[in-house]
Amino acid sequence: MVNAAATLDDPRVVLAWEALAGVMDPEVPVLSVVDLGIVRAVRADASGIAIDLTPTYTGCPATAAIRLDVENAIEAAGLGRPRIALVNAPAWTTDWIGPDAREKLRAYGIAPPAGKASELKAALFAEDPVLACPRCGSTDTRLTGRFGSTACKSLHACNACAEPFEHFKCI
Amino acid sequence: MERRAALFEYLLRLGDSCLVLGHRVSEWCGHAPELEEDIALANVALDLTGQADMLLGYAARIEGKGRDADALAFLRDAWDFRNLLLCERANGDFAHTIVRQFLFDAWQAELYAALARSTDAGLAGIAAKGVKEAQYHLRHSGEWVVRLGDGTDESHARAQAALDEFWPFTGEMFETDAVATELIAAGIAPDMTPVEAAWMRTVDDVLAQATLARPKSGWMQTGGSKGRHGEELGHLLATMQFLPRAYPGAKW
Ligand SMILES: [Zn+2]
Repeated sequence: MVNAAATLDDPRVVLAWEALAGVMDPEVPVLSVVDLGIVRAVRADASGIAIDLTPTYTGCPATAAIRLDVENAIEAAGLGRPRIALVNAPAWTTDWIGPDAREKLRAYGIAPPAGKASELKAALFAEDPVLACPRCGSTDTRLTGRFGSTACKSLHACNACAEPFEHFKCI
Repeated sequence: MERRAALFEYLLRLGDSCLVLGHRVSEWCGHAPELEEDIALANVALDLTGQADMLLGYAARIEGKGRDADALAFLRDAWDFRNLLLCERANGDFAHTIVRQFLFDAWQAELYAALARSTDAGLAGIAAKGVKEAQYHLRHSGEWVVRLGDGTDESHARAQAALDEFWPFTGEMFETDAVATELIAAGIAPDMTPVEAAWMRTVDDVLAQATLARPKSGWMQTGGSKGRHGEELGHLLATMQFLPRAYPGAKW
């Protein structure tokens, strides 16, 4: 995780990370903002806590809600109102979602990002990755829509158990 | 031209194109031919509006006159908009919407990829984020162009008609005027010659798979970047800007 080295030993930074681990994504409530990788830096100085957040998708309507939840959580932890900066670079990628968080997604019924975005083929109509059904585990699944209920998901169906499911798009 | 003024102008072009096309695509919400497509178009519209918010917000900071993204989006008139004329064209049938989107997505994906290497860190950051969305949109619109073009006689004819109608609006994407020249010299904006070549390769590849014929490149429409628009933009703005103009400063 990104961290300014000079403030690593400040206990407020540790407390802030703990508080952030309890801030859940409003659309995918099994993942925290830390699991998602959208907290890019936490710093502490004389005027309080400063946090860098990066949006997942530019139009994600949850960004404003997440920002407010982060501010409230830091305040509730007794660390005061934090200063929030929205940073675009480097661009958010699902590669920042770790193995534990991926398993949480699967257990929740959402197929986690298939593979690493940094290794995706650039070809326009490159073959889609094989997805395992998050319910029965079968890899006999099909894409039903490239866009889903939120910007971060696509729609799929399982040919084995016939259940529809969502996939956390790999970007 | 002064560099800061040129960057403001350039950001308006990029941001207004996203905003206007995003609004156009959002008009399909609840009207698309199938549920999955309704969701897809709404998602594309949302991404474009999000990009517009970032680009116009940055434009406002560069301008430094106390305006913000909302002020630029809702409190300017048609002649102050700098969007590509392609983006403001009415939706027409589904083939028109898809072909317009494909021509735009292929352009935006190449342009953002180049802008991600801009010497301006603010613009590079927005482009590095936007390029992933643009590539994803391109895959979606490209697949539809193939499906319609290589579909039934009816869908093929409609897709070809849309392509013929919109082709003269593609020249504007690659114009290099004084604004662009100033920014290209500073490494802020890319040279459009390789961008156009890459765009043409994508277009040719997809049109071949779609069994559609690329129209001859003759006379091209121009004027969007100078604020000369068709009447369709005024109608779009009347809908989009009604609320913040009728109820200034409204919050909910
Ligand atoms: Zn299954």
